[in-house]
Order: sequence, then C-alpha cells, then structure tokens
Amino acid sequence: MLIPTPSVGIWVSVTNFGGYMDMLEIKGLSVAVEGKEILKDVSLHIADGETHALFGPNGSGKTTLLMAIMGFPKYKVTRGKIVFGGRDITRASLDERARLGIGMSFQRPPVVRGVKTRDMVSAAMGNIAGSVTIDELAEKADMTEFLDREINYGFSGGEIKRSELMQLLAQKPELTLLDEPESGVDLVNIALIGRLINELLEKDYPMRGRRCMGLVITHTGHILNYINASTGYVMLDGEVSCKGDPHEILASIRKNGYAQCVTCLTENK
Amino acid sequence: MRDMRSSNAYRDKARIALNKPPAIGDDIDIDAYASSDEAVAYRDDPTELPTDIKEQMLDAGVVVDDLSHRSGTFIQMDNAPVHSSTSQEGIEVMALNQALDKYDWMSDYWWRVVSVDTDKYTANVELNQNSGYFIRALPGCKSIYPVQACLYLDKSRLAQNAHNVVIAEEGSELHIINGCVSGSGEEPGLHLGVSEIYIKRGAKVTFTMIHNWNSEVEVRPRTAVIVEEDGLFLSNYVLMKPVHSLQMYPSARCVGENATVRFNSVIVATPGSSLDVGSRVILDGKGDRAEIISRAISTGGSVITRGYIEGNAPEVKGHMECLGLILKGEGAIHAIPELKGTLSGIDLSHEAAVGKIKEEEVEYLMSRGLTRSEATATIVRGFLNVDIEGLPPMLSAEVSRAVESSGEDFM
Ligand SMILES: Nc1ncnc2c1ncn2[C@@H]1O[C@H](COP(=O)(O)OP(=O)(O)O)[C@@H](O)[C@H]1O
Ligand SMILES: [Mg+2]
Repeated sequence: MLIPTPSVGIWVSVTNFGGYMDMLEIKGLSVAVEGKEILKDVSLHIADGETHALFGPNGSGKTTLLMAIMGFPKYKVTRGKIVFGGRDITRASLDERARLGIGMSFQRPPVVRGVKTRDMVSAAMGNIAGSVTIDELAEKADMTEFLDREINYGFSGGEIKRSELMQLLAQKPELTLLDEPESGVDLVNIALIGRLINELLEKDYPMRGRRCMGLVITHTGHILNYINASTGYVMLDGEVSCKGDPHEILASIRKNGYAQCVTCLTENK
Repeated sequence: MRDMRSSNAYRDKARIALNKPPAIGDDIDIDAYASSDEAVAYRDDPTELPTDIKEQMLDAGVVVDDLSHRSGTFIQMDNAPVHSSTSQEGIEVMALNQALDKYDWMSDYWWRVVSVDTDKYTANVELNQNSGYFIRALPGCKSIYPVQACLYLDKSRLAQNAHNVVIAEEGSELHIINGCVSGSGEEPGLHLGVSEIYIKRGAKVTFTMIHNWNSEVEVRPRTAVIVEEDGLFLSNYVLMKPVHSLQMYPSARCVGENATVRFNSVIVATPGSSLDVGSRVILDGKGDRAEIISRAISTGGSVITRGYIEGNAPEVKGHMECLGLILKGEGAIHAIPELKGTLSGIDLSHEAAVGKIKEEEVEYLMSRGLTRSEATATIVRGFLNVDIEGLPPMLSAEVSRAVESSGEDFM
C-alpha cells in the first residue's frame, strides 16, 4: 500500500528520530527556475543514517529538487525552507553547502576543458588530509586511467557516474544527492556503481560520529538492489504525491505506471 | 663564407622588399628604431651578468647562474653576442657569424625556408644582419639537457635583428629553450627574428619559446621549419606578459614520410596588447601528422589565433584545437582555423571555441566545495596548462612555472 502524503508534510512523525540535529528537513519548498515555478510545496525529511528514493516521470521536477537542495543559484526558492543539521541553509551559497557536507552526483555534469579529473577529486577532498589518496580512490572506482584526462571530456555514461562517485567519496558528504546514478550504465558496471554508492551511504564517519544520509533519484529502480532505502517518494508535476516503502512504490509503478500516483494525488487534494 | 653575407642576390632581393608591407599585422615604421651594432662586453662566465638581468632571463626559462642543467647556452644583448658555450660533445652553439666563418656549407641553410623578401622585416634582417644564433646537433647526438638561447633587448628605441639557424642532423635530438626578454623599463623597442629550423631524417627538435617583453615593444618573428622523414618538430610557445604588438605565423613543412609537427601555444593578451599568433603546417609526405593546440586568454587585449593545416599526401592526419577565453574587460579573441586537403583519404579536423568561463563549469567546481574565485582560478590554470606530449619533464616544468608565476595576476 502506498501511503498518500498530504502536501504539507507529516515529517514529524517519521521514525528513527534519534539524530534530529543531523537530518535534512524540507518544509513547504517552492522553487522557480527562470521565473517559472517548478516545485510546489515540497516537504520531506531524512533522518540520520537514512536513504530515501525519489521516483517520478521525466520532467516532474526530481532534478530540480536536488539542485535546489544543493543550492544552485538558478534554482530560486520562492517559499519554504531547507534545514540541514539543524541549520537553515535556504540562503546558503552552493559552495557553503558543499563544505557543510552536502554532495551531489550529477546526471550530466559539464566538460571542463583543461581541468583534470584529478583536480576535481583534489578539490572535493578539500584541505582535510584524508586517510585515502586520490590514486586509491581512483583504483576503487576503476578510474585510474581517467585521472589525468580532462574531466568528463569524451567520458561514456558509466565513466561519468564512476567519476562522480569517486569525487563524492573524496568529498565524504553527510548528505549525498544522487541523480539517476544508474542511467546509461551497463550491467557489468552497475554492481560497481552499487558498491561505490553503498560505501558512500553506509559508511560511518566516526570522526563526526554521524551516519550518512542519501536522496537518490532512480528511474529504473535498479539501484535499490544495492542500497538500503527506507522511504520512497513519487514526484508528479513538481509535487510529492506519494510517500511509502520504496520497493512497494517501485512495484506499483512497474505495474501501473505513474497513473495510480496521479489518482493518489487527486484523491488527496 | 664571408661572401655569402654580402651576397648580392640576397641583398638585392632584400632591398626591393625593404618597404614591402607584411601580409598580416600592422606595418611598423622600422626607421623609428635605431639599428645599432654596438658591442656589449663578451662574458666567458655569464654569471657575471647583472642580477636584475639574470632574474628577467630566469623568468623566460634561461638559467644563467648554474649551467649544469643546460647542454648549451647562447646569450645576445641588443645586437651583440654576449656568451656562447656548450657542455656536450656533438652539440654546437655559437653566434651566427661564427658559424658563417666556420662552415662553408652555410649557404645551404641560408634563407632556404624563410624567404628573404617575405616582407620588410625579413628584408631588414638581411640588410642589417649582425646577430643571431646557430645551434646544431651532430648526427645521432641527443641533447641531454636543453640548449638555451636568450635574446635580450636592452636599449630603448632599438631594433633587434636576429637571424637564427637550427640544424638537427639525422637521428639527433635537440631540446631548445628560447627566452626573449626586454629590459625592466617600459621602453619602446622592436624585435625582428628570423629563425630557420632544419630537421633531418629521424631527428627530433623541441623548441620552447617564452616571451617576456613589455607593453611598448613590437615583436615580429619570422620562423619556418622543414621536417624530413620520421622527423619531429614540437613547438611550444608561451606569452604571459604584456607586449605592444606581436605578429607571427611560424610555418612547418613536412617533406618526408611519417613526420610529425606539433604546435602548442599559450598566450595571454593583457590590456593594450595586440596579438596575432598562428601556426601553419604543410603535410607533403605520406603518413605525416600535425597537431595545433592554441589556448588564448584575453584580460583586455585583443587576440587573433590562426591555424592552418594542409594535407597533400596520402594518409596524413591533422587536428587543430583553438580555444579562447575572455576573462574580463574589452578583450576580443578571433579564432581563424583553416584546413585544406588536396587528396582523398586524408583526415583533417578542427575544434574552435571562444567565450567566457561558463557559469555551469564554475558551479560544478563550487559544488565540490571550492569558492567562486578558487573555482575560476582552477579553470583558468587548467586552461593554460596544456599537456605537451613529447616535451622533456624539465621543460614542462619551465613552462608551468612561466604560466603559474605570471598567471597569478589574473587567476
Ligand atoms: N535549468 C532549467 N531551465 C529551464 N527549465 C528547467 C531547468 N531545469 C528544469 N527545468 C524544467 O523544470 C521541469 C522539471 O525538470 P527536471 O527537474 O529536470 O525533471 P526530472 O529530473 O524529474 O526529469 C521541466 O519542465 C524542465 O523543463
Ligand atoms: Mg532529471
């Protein structure tokens, strides 16, 4: 059964509420891009250690939500707020948010001529002397021969995903936003992608005594076989229409398409 | 071979061309510059040169204080040779006049790849011939360290005329670093340099040129290269400092099979600088290869980057990449890539892009935690640090150093 969520969130009733200070709360968020409202009144809540999945048809606003959480300037919050680790970050800049512990894997990151993959990993590592080196990370992500290539220049779909995840492993974000990490990845690579994501999301960071959170956009749902997502949402036309068990949501979408979600949304209005 | 210097044929041609305007670029009034050949003290030990001059030379990759990592050194101030030496058997470095005295075959390398009547600048070099260098690697000899040459323009309102000849005999290898520097004041000056480079069968020449002029100097190099079978020419040009105007369009012709030419240039046009820099490669031998990579930045000055690859033989391949970045101000960059193929079965391509730094790229780096200015600096640094395949690490380091130290101003 899918549990319909009223558009003003019932986020306070979510279980596993131990680390209030460490979670992500999105309250009544509306976002406009180039003057056009894309997201309407979105609320969700991710508790410490949890990973949530976001479903929805093309153009429904999933990427927009992630970009707005990450803080891209083009994505203007017109209402509502974003609270991360107890701090209102609605007005915080993109790079501030990255340094606060939010990281994102992009679906189509830009090519940056002259800037090497190595430079990106190094930037993501920041000034903190990490326990792993760039070369070790590259080996783990099977990206060794890409380190000295220009970032994303001539990369295949799978190479882009591995590169993005490698950068995130260097960045060690507390909240990881993943935009369709499995799209364009062949079956051989998907297990590797799954392992990398798992490491990103599941690993404890004893340094800060926190566990990682994730918000994953998945079109196919394949990635759910590799990660432990506790909650799923369906986004339709800029609104979160459903909230529930991600595997149940996926099964329903596979069976009925998004039609049932539309019904759900209509019934709840 | 004294007679060659006064050879009437070249002089006559030069006289006719003395007022011939250049094909490209401003027509400079050469008469506004003195053509002195005043002697400057020759130094057996170049470390005796004044400290400030040595520091300026160092910025252009010319190390004077410690020659242990150079296979040879040539220094010219204004129009006088000041020092020449070699430390490796099989590598010859000397003032051009010495070479003319020494070798009676110099006529085979004299105005052979550059025509004396190209324009008023080449004509002027012939008629006021008094300096330049000669660098040669004997057959099979490989320079262990770079050979360095410095052309230093010291006096105000002077025309510096240099005619340089480089010969890499069969199977040899020469790594040359050529630093051009003007004195510390913002004094006007004119640099005319003719360079003829001959690369014999299977020989390899890397030619790294770093220019550090000032905002009053006009610069007109005229360079041409001939590359025989299996030969390699790799040119690597760096201009990060102001100059009033600079126009050059070096040209390399592959006459044998399987020869390779690569031109890399990294240029920055500061406010008030006017740059017109091109690279031309003609592929006449089967299987020849050409690559032209040009990265231009304007921080307010104007740039024209030209590229030309011509394929006239089977299985030749060429690629050109001209990228321009306008960082600020009233800068302008004009990329003119040209390709010409005269046969089927050749493979020539180019890529050109001019613009400012893309916001999307800056934001991508910011999303990894860099501030806006750190992200911008990383992109600019990456843009200028071209990987130069085939360049010895020591020279790559020199190039990076020149780029980084001068780039600080705008990164
Ligand atoms: N940068 C943008 N500029 C203009 N419109 C955009 C931009 N990003 C998203 N949109 C619009 O917002 C809507 C949602 O897009 P998006 O968030 O990419 O959806 P999804 O990721 O669910 O496919 C679409 O109608 C799209 O056209
Ligand atoms: Mg999307």
